[in-house]
Amino acid sequence: MWRAWIPFWHEGVSRHSGDVDLLFTGLLLASSLVLGLLFFLLALFCIRYRAGNRVDRGGRVAKSWHWEVSWTAASLLAFLGLFVWGASLFLDIYRPHADELSIFVVAKQWMWKVQHPGGQSEINALHIPVHHPIRLIMASQDVIHSFFIPALRLKHDVVPGRYQDLEIEADKPGHYHLFCAEYCGTEHSGMTGELVAMEPADYAAWLSQQGPSSSLAQEGGALFRQLGCSGCHGLGSKVRAPPMEGLYGTQVALSDGTTVVADDKYLRDSILLPRSQIAAGYQPVMPSFEGKVSEDQLLRLVVYIKSLAGHQP
Amino acid sequence: MNEDNYLNAGFTLRSWLLTTDHKRIAILYFASLIFFFFIGGAAATAIRIELATPQADLVSSDMYNRLFTMHGIVMVWFFLIPSVPNTLGNFIVPLMIGARDLAFPRLNLLSWYLFMLGGCVTLFAIAAGGVDTGWTFYAPFSTLYSNSHVVAAVLGIFIAGFSSILTGLNFIVTIHRLRAPGLTWYRLPLFLWSLYATSVILVLATPILAITLVLIAVERVFGVGIFDPKISGDPLLFQHLFWFYSHPAVYIMILPGMGVVNELISCFSRKEVFGYKFVAWASLAIAAVGFLVWGHHMFVSGQSVVASLVFSFMSFIVAVPSAIKVFNWTATLHKGSIRFDAPMLYALAFIGLFTIGGLTGLFLACLAYDVHATDTYFVVAHFHYIMVGGMVTAYFGGLHYWWPKITGRLYSEAWARAAAILIFFGFNLTFFPQFILGAEGMPRRYHVYAPEFQVWNVLSSAGASVLAVAYLLPLFYLGYSLFFGARASANPWDAPGLEWQTPSPPPEYNFEVQPVVTRAPYQYSKNFKAEPQNA
Repeated sequence: MWRAWIPFWHEGVSRHSGDVDLLFTGLLLASSLVLGLLFFLLALFCIRYRAGNRVDRGGRVAKSWHWEVSWTAASLLAFLGLFVWGASLFLDIYRPHADELSIFVVAKQWMWKVQHPGGQSEINALHIPVHHPIRLIMASQDVIHSFFIPALRLKHDVVPGRYQDLEIEADKPGHYHLFCAEYCGTEHSGMTGELVAMEPADYAAWLSQQGPSSSLAQEGGALFRQLGCSGCHGLGSKVRAPPMEGLYGTQVALSDGTTVVADDKYLRDSILLPRSQIAAGYQPVMPSFEGKVSEDQLLRLVVYIKSLAGHQP
Repeated sequence: MNEDNYLNAGFTLRSWLLTTDHKRIAILYFASLIFFFFIGGAAATAIRIELATPQADLVSSDMYNRLFTMHGIVMVWFFLIPSVPNTLGNFIVPLMIGARDLAFPRLNLLSWYLFMLGGCVTLFAIAAGGVDTGWTFYAPFSTLYSNSHVVAAVLGIFIAGFSSILTGLNFIVTIHRLRAPGLTWYRLPLFLWSLYATSVILVLATPILAITLVLIAVERVFGVGIFDPKISGDPLLFQHLFWFYSHPAVYIMILPGMGVVNELISCFSRKEVFGYKFVAWASLAIAAVGFLVWGHHMFVSGQSVVASLVFSFMSFIVAVPSAIKVFNWTATLHKGSIRFDAPMLYALAFIGLFTIGGLTGLFLACLAYDVHATDTYFVVAHFHYIMVGGMVTAYFGGLHYWWPKITGRLYSEAWARAAAILIFFGFNLTFFPQFILGAEGMPRRYHVYAPEFQVWNVLSSAGASVLAVAYLLPLFYLGYSLFFGARASANPWDAPGLEWQTPSPPPEYNFEVQPVVTRAPYQYSKNFKAEPQNA
């Protein structure tokens, strides 16, 4: 591969990293051409028309709009081309794929905490199987962090107060840097870790070695009862509240006439800010759990509700 | 210096501190900015020494974070933004348009006092223990989590902002109302078009910064939920507000530099600026479109994809007027009679460095690449090519060009050329390796870093030591010329602008008789003699 010829250019390992590198090369070539032309003209004019050099200076190029229009149009066209290239690749990067595996990432000063669906958790490391699209659902417990894996040419801010999701996929097993790219306080530069991409079989073996006591969904179910959610949302409850069974992924009609998809973000918002989106036909009686549940607990609740998707209400 | 001039019009401290003469106020600004430049520079030096090795050795992480914050705050608000407008602009604008002073001389003095008050409050914040938020004050870190002197620092910048607004207002009114007879808009030197565009941004954008800073203080002190989601705020709201000021502020920091370069390129190639009207309107186009690109700082923040597409597009559009300027400067050289005095060396360095900064800006405007490059050293290198390679180089160029006019003395040409060349090499050695670091994925604001990045960091630190020496040189030879330099004539470069048609240093009231402008700027005869604008 041509990239290997450049000693400091580490090859990317994601589905898109080759395209991003190609875009970078395109930008580099275009800039070098412009810069080369500019430096050539500057040097040529500076040498040829230096004071005292007897050279014909007659017949100067008349100032005409032809020149201005030409180089303005040329710049504009080149820029438009680069815009379209960068934008279409950008859209492609964020296009979700079917059959994703969801992994939760909680960022806090100054560590990355990763929760696998089976209940395995790890700190400052993220193990994933190769050739498998992974949907990272990320939340921050305090300030803004940014999840950055240079080898994947991917980065996404983790802003507190909301879920951010990002699809990643690695093509080659190995250990890669994970950095926090958004300044987050004292130990910002220590908020690093590694992405460990493994063959699927190795990943499965690694998961079983971790020996979790219970899955995230089970822990979420326990929390669901412990925090009193089941009192209203549970089967056979006396209070009229929307059932959680079969909810995830469906269209929910809201009291203001709009509908939303019951995804991770909707569930999270409904737990923290229950009055912002009221399901049609229900009274806004649910208390807010803002400040009462941590990000870790929140994601377990979400996973639990998600696990009820196949059940009948 | 037998005749009366503004320098020997009074020698008491009072005659300086209560002056309303734009030239003396410019000198007050010069002195203050040199002070702030070296404070910001000292922080940069400490940062580069620390980064010579991957581990933490010189300072603690808390100290490192305070150093880069101090470097950013001081350099942006107390050096770059006021640099050309408040020093060279203050001195030259009335001279260039044939006026006795700016439109509001007392407001001008007030502006300096506000600047110094803001500066002192910020220095207090630094001395009291510093600030660790970065110059960007991102919330909720700045409003809730930081244990440093955020409120004091924010207050200092808030106060200094009013100095910016007053200066911008003063320039706008002056350029509208005080032009000499015959000085029509299209006869204005391009330096004034640039400063006019800058002033428009100063007046329109700085209030947004003021509001944003007040909101930080309100949330931090009173716990009112504005930016922190824990108390129902929105962290992205802060970024929108902050960049709505701070991206136009980038143009506050570069437009005046572009203005200076027009003057230098024209004077030292003995030709009028190619495409005058296009260059003039390009400044205003940059000022206008510059207000519509702020979201390109937020491509990975979770803002909507549509917003990202629009901001990326606008960011490419704003690059067009800059490209127009670069092409026109190059065309100006064609068939000129080019002299390579020190100011011209700075101007040529500016074109090269600014173009590299501008082209790498396209990389960052390009959505898919920005996802990788944002918040890495690629960004750091990019904006230093614009701010330092562009603006500081233009500032030095303008300082050397107008030095004889300001001080009435000539400096050592050999030393000045040596410093210009040294700055160029030191700058590139410092910042070019940072592009590579960024492309490799080294995040910015990292106190400790992965060992594989060390080679490029060592090169960068080596460059920084060259640059530090190069920036100290002018302090010596310009300082020497102040006392021992040869006397300068009224027009040592044989330039056609009005500011050169009055003695050096200028008399207190600038012109003996009101100049009347009879021709366009930048006119030279067939044998490359200047044709003064008022002859």
